[in-house]
Amino acid sequence: MSFTKTLIHGTNFDHKGLNALQKVTLRAVVMAFLFYGLVALEGMIMRGVQVGPQAKAIMPEQFFHPEHFFSIMTVHPIVGIFGSTYQLVFAAFMFLVPYLTKKPLYSIKLANFVWLMITIGTALAWIAAFVWQYAPLYTLYWPLPADTTQFSTIGGIVFIIGIALIMVGTFGFIYNIYATIFARVGIHKNKTTKELLISGFGVDGLLNLINKLRGKEPYTKEPALALPVVAIFRGTVDTFLDAVVILGAGILVLIYLLADLGGVSLDVTAIDALLYKNFFWWGLDLVADGLVLIYVAGSWYLLATLITGQKLFMENVARAALMLELLVSWMVWSHHLLGDQGQPEMMKLISGEMVTAFELLTQGLALFITLVTLWKARPLKMTMELKYLLGGLSGFGLAVPAAIIQADMGMNRVLHNTQWIIGAHVHIALIVGLYMTLYSALYVLWPLVTNNTKMYSSKLSNVHFWMHLIGGIGMGAFMGMAGLDGMLRRHLYVNGEFNFDMLMAAGFGTMLLLAWAIFLFNIIMSVGLKGLVGIFLPAKDKTASYGLDPEDM
Amino acid sequence: MTFTNSLELLSFHWVAYTIYSAMILSVIAWFGYNLTREKAKSVVRIPFYWYMAFLVAGGVGHHIFTYNTIPWVSQDISRHELSNDATYHFTIQNHKWTLPSEKIVVQCGQTINFDVVSKDLIYGFGLFRQDGSMAMQMQVNPGTTNDMLWTFHHNAIFDLDSTEYAGPAMYDKHTGKNLMKVKHFLEVVGCEKGAK
Repeated sequence: MSFTKTLIHGTNFDHKGLNALQKVTLRAVVMAFLFYGLVALEGMIMRGVQVGPQAKAIMPEQFFHPEHFFSIMTVHPIVGIFGSTYQLVFAAFMFLVPYLTKKPLYSIKLANFVWLMITIGTALAWIAAFVWQYAPLYTLYWPLPADTTQFSTIGGIVFIIGIALIMVGTFGFIYNIYATIFARVGIHKNKTTKELLISGFGVDGLLNLINKLRGKEPYTKEPALALPVVAIFRGTVDTFLDAVVILGAGILVLIYLLADLGGVSLDVTAIDALLYKNFFWWGLDLVADGLVLIYVAGSWYLLATLITGQKLFMENVARAALMLELLVSWMVWSHHLLGDQGQPEMMKLISGEMVTAFELLTQGLALFITLVTLWKARPLKMTMELKYLLGGLSGFGLAVPAAIIQADMGMNRVLHNTQWIIGAHVHIALIVGLYMTLYSALYVLWPLVTNNTKMYSSKLSNVHFWMHLIGGIGMGAFMGMAGLDGMLRRHLYVNGEFNFDMLMAAGFGTMLLLAWAIFLFNIIMSVGLKGLVGIFLPAKDKTASYGLDPEDM
Repeated sequence: MTFTNSLELLSFHWVAYTIYSAMILSVIAWFGYNLTREKAKSVVRIPFYWYMAFLVAGGVGHHIFTYNTIPWVSQDISRHELSNDATYHFTIQNHKWTLPSEKIVVQCGQTINFDVVSKDLIYGFGLFRQDGSMAMQMQVNPGTTNDMLWTFHHNAIFDLDSTEYAGPAMYDKHTGKNLMKVKHFLEVVGCEKGAK
């Protein structure tokens, strides 16, 4: 087939053959990868500015202006985390939960509402930063978001409405997931809510372990929910709490901004900045140390079992560990406040250091179980999904200890707010750990969601893999080294103070951007431009499940 | 073993983490290679409970190690019971410092109490060497006490800077120059180690 023909029609993709669940999944995936491209571009602009004067020759002057620079920095994580990662994860889980529970998704309309809300919300937040240069950063440290001497009130209102829409979409996802899990149809026809709850929280795994130690029969030989669904169930608890906190903070900011618009100046000191910081980090940390780690652990377990076709090693321990992670994720937020001298020392010590160190245990456990499951099934073919899974494991193998090292009162004094934490920890965790896990899931789900569409080029898939892996680790490493050299993370350096590290990080960052372009090209050539548009057309087949015999529903 | 300043600590950290990174990447690469081989045998068998014990020891041991080798940890925890050689008060408002004096000179080995008040936003307080490396920092929240004890063991000249973003007004609108950076604010003298 000629290049043009493939570009228009794809390999063998037929969007008309997709059902409603497949289409809604693909819509969110498309939006997620478009936002990923935007976030990669934003990252490169900021990196270019930090390179210093040499970059001025090739970049517009306005990028070097503080208002512009920090408005990019504000939306960069919003677009990356919510617009891209949330969309991708939500899409995958709204496909996987019906697939794994052998039940239809509760509502396709709600699933469409979710991706639309997140897309519109992300776009609004981006517009607020682009048009009004509203730039309090994602941390929204009180009272900066309500500082109308520095920021436009209208810009702030648009930004907060954008965030609120993202959270409303998030609530839609949560409702859809739990309504599907608790629906008493198909294989769960005779299950009680209590049985599903016990399984969802991983209590059955713990009871099985206790009974084994006491020499008794297992509590249940057939848990009501598959392990990946347990991880989704558990992680979604944190997704809910985190959405409540972010929405709560948004409403608070909105009250102050609306009052300002009405000519009333409310007293910002009525809100204690440190208390607010505790509240906000408690919620925000449920994203990083709650749902991400739990969702990722669940995804590893699912991928390991699908790739090997075998049962998960130590499944009961894995179930119980997911319950432990619930408690851990609620008590670790103080590691973000180790540099705050007003924070009680006991909270720093217990929440910030000791409980946080438990994450080494829970994530290390997930890594171990996944690796052993793979090892027991060898020899395995080195497929794209296996490659990406190993890449994802490497990412968290690097990023989790990097954070544990910093969650220490001694280290934090010299590392807090530096590029170390955002580079060696956050970017490696997200780009290498999380995204490579998601790419692995994408390659596993691709035949299911696209009705066995042939990928245009496996060579391009491999090029994408290596460029993403090397680019992600390289960029994170040089950002981390800049942090050790004293470079702050929320700071503007226009004179090339950390020129070498930033040049290297920019080089590896360019690899990441190119990797994304190659991936996108490969996907477009597989589904074709017609197919891409067709994904957004209504589905003729309204089925809200995949691979189910209608008689089983 | 004791780290007397952040440079020593960060150098150690750089080496240790680089070795760890090389190790974990090599292990996963080796693992991936052997996954495809039919006759691959385990080089080492890692018993599950020993592995978990290793993780616990790593997580807890890291804090025990830093508590015993980094002097500012215990000093920070018990700072309100410890005496100091001098206290300097700072105020920040509208992205501007009110400093105790134009420049501070500290004698080697002196313990200084830095007490910083913010009148409006959240800022940071950090001291940076002339090569850009950070000596220490803390967050400066409005409405709460922000104090820190620090003992200086090396000669150096430090710049003062806010380590937390408090809006674009921290910078010159056109040139992007950092308006909160105070060059050559603190000098430590009389030590055998460090820049003369």
